[in-house]
Amino acid sequence: MKLTGAQMVCECLIREGVDVVFGIPGGAILPLYQTMPEYPQIKHILVRHEQGAAMGADGYYRASGRVGVCMATSGPGATNLVTGLACAYMDSSALVAITGQVARGAIGKDAFQEVDTTGITLPVTKHNMLVMSASDVPRAIHEAFYIASTGRPGPVLVDIPKDVLNEVAEFVFPEGIDLPGYKPTMEGNPTQIKTAARLINDAKRPVVLAGHGVILSRAYDEMRDLVEKTHIPVITTLLGVSSFPETHPLSIGMPGMHGVAYASMAIDRADLVISLGARFDDRVTGRISAFAPKAKIIHIDIDPSVIGQNVRTHVPIVGDLKRVLRALNKEVKPNTHGEWLEEIEQLRQEHPSLRLGDKPKLTQQFIIKMLSDITQGKAIIVTGVGQHQMWAAQHYTFTEPNSLITSGGLGSMGFEVPAAMGAKVACPEKTVWSICGDGGFQMTMCDLATIVENKINVKFAIMNNHFLGMVRQWQHIFYKDTFYATQYTGNPDFVKLAEAFGLYALRVTDKSQVASAIQSAMAHDGPALIDFTVDPEENVYPMIPPGESIGEIMEEPASTEVKAWSR
Amino acid sequence: MVTVKNSHTLVALVQDKPGVLNRISGMFRRRGFNISSLAVGRSELPDLSRMTFVVEGDDATVEQVTKQLYKLIDVVRVSDLSNEPIVAREMALIKVRATSQTRSEVMQIVDIFRANIIDVSPESLIIEVTGDEDKITSLNELLKSFGVQEVMRTGRVAMLRGAATQASPSNGTRRANTPQHYQDYEAIL
Repeated sequence: MKLTGAQMVCECLIREGVDVVFGIPGGAILPLYQTMPEYPQIKHILVRHEQGAAMGADGYYRASGRVGVCMATSGPGATNLVTGLACAYMDSSALVAITGQVARGAIGKDAFQEVDTTGITLPVTKHNMLVMSASDVPRAIHEAFYIASTGRPGPVLVDIPKDVLNEVAEFVFPEGIDLPGYKPTMEGNPTQIKTAARLINDAKRPVVLAGHGVILSRAYDEMRDLVEKTHIPVITTLLGVSSFPETHPLSIGMPGMHGVAYASMAIDRADLVISLGARFDDRVTGRISAFAPKAKIIHIDIDPSVIGQNVRTHVPIVGDLKRVLRALNKEVKPNTHGEWLEEIEQLRQEHPSLRLGDKPKLTQQFIIKMLSDITQGKAIIVTGVGQHQMWAAQHYTFTEPNSLITSGGLGSMGFEVPAAMGAKVACPEKTVWSICGDGGFQMTMCDLATIVENKINVKFAIMNNHFLGMVRQWQHIFYKDTFYATQYTGNPDFVKLAEAFGLYALRVTDKSQVASAIQSAMAHDGPALIDFTVDPEENVYPMIPPGESIGEIMEEPASTEVKAWSR
Repeated sequence: MVTVKNSHTLVALVQDKPGVLNRISGMFRRRGFNISSLAVGRSELPDLSRMTFVVEGDDATVEQVTKQLYKLIDVVRVSDLSNEPIVAREMALIKVRATSQTRSEVMQIVDIFRANIIDVSPESLIIEVTGDEDKITSLNELLKSFGVQEVMRTGRVAMLRGAATQASPSNGTRRANTPQHYQDYEAIL
């Protein structure tokens, strides 16, 4: 069958099971777009900025586990994808990005809308390729999906020159995959698993540190089996939140910079840390030399390069978490760890960390707690980055697997709008709440138009403190209240703005209005937005200053006054 | 064989695709690894090139380098030859000032080092020398008094001694997935 390069792309997308792509057309990718009407099975969502295409595809993947696809044209289209690709790369999201490139003969000539797309995206993709012949298109697309979705997932970019999209060649879909340099290890080494089991059986004060890998590997049940058999408490990293039901008695919560004090303290006292698909990010560990000083470390991950990268590891196991845990569960012995769990409970009593108090002002914590109660912890929560993100991780009680979608590694503000859009497209039956900062929201709010246009029923809660709240907090604590360039004195009226886009919108300024506003937004059949005017002076506690250890933790002060932190 | 402290010899088999060198050098740069030399050429296998790196750093750094190399899709196999019996060689071209007064003295030095003179002009000689890094450095030092005008060094290439080879890519899984040190950990526990 003779096809154009563009038709081949569409044929391959269908064979890979793609039903939706996020993108914006432009000159170099037009041949592909002009072919898409022949393939109505693929729905195209026209975003307003390419970053929204990448982050929409990211949200789509994270919510569903199906590879997200985004498209952009050459030059500025491709460069606008970069933040979204970097975000997906840091957080192991499987995306395939297809970009148009200038025609082969124009490459390297500084042609109109030419950039070195594969060069620019090299450090922020798992792999990328420039396809220089139409006959190579099927193999490139097939490999892209395979690489993106297997092993440690990540974004893969396929750059296709315009004349390759137009070129006609015989269409041959590759039978298999021939990548001699890419063979992810799935099964854990049996000897290592036995050693790990021995350490687990001997441990007196073990903790599980559950990361994104538990969600990516869909190993919720296996992890639950492990900890219910051994009664090991579960601590979840930011991206591990929702890998384990937070209503479970063994759930301890999040450790680290803004984690609960008793989770970090448990790690500090532990004699064994079992890391399941977590990578010991500096936000979790703080000062490495003071992290888990008494513990041996079992590190299970599918990516060998994260093992030993930040902390010394005693038992490294490379493999798919689900399979490794199945094997490990057979080797571990039942245990109760009564004393250890009691000790942690004692820490929880002494350092409660998440008290809401009865502050008269409207706080973000209060809103998120209310949202958690009303949705019964069953919504998909998408956040931006900053204070609201930390409070969402702290105060929303996640009960459903894989229900927090947040930019952890890159920490890209603005993620909340397009990622929520992608998540809702992937899971139309789920309630999707986007918890936004007023800063991040304004970075990507153009995609409200996309959301209305495509009838994507996302609910937005803007935590409007008229500040870059987390930066303000750092200025408050580390820079002696030098509040420079963090206050928004000219924020738009978000209610009017949302209405202009065609959303149902309302404003909340008082605690008494919160519940009814959330209910009314959820009752509305379509996208809705609530502008919550919140107290700008709230800080996220507990806080372990960057590069410090649990010894330097700052807990919520009794009064609202916090002294500037000094080393 | 030269053993410089904290200097490791890695050999990688990579797919011969456009941009592969950029992928590798870019990874070294952004991860902050130091390469003191890099030599690339075709291997005995079709579509595969072989690279020899000399990497500076402690064992943990070299372990990370190996793993990060493996993470690149185009890298098929990485071997750390630092603790293996290997032969390692480098070649250099050295252009040195040599007039009728000094030429014979330079030629004597060249003889001692079993190097070759491959170009002669009234004012200069080009010397080709092969050996380990120390030998080339020593020769270069000796020639400095005559006036070294240009030096071109290839960087180290290395190979296992005896019949052992860096196994072909079709044989079994990749070594980094069960690196030697993983087994060492067991001994510690």
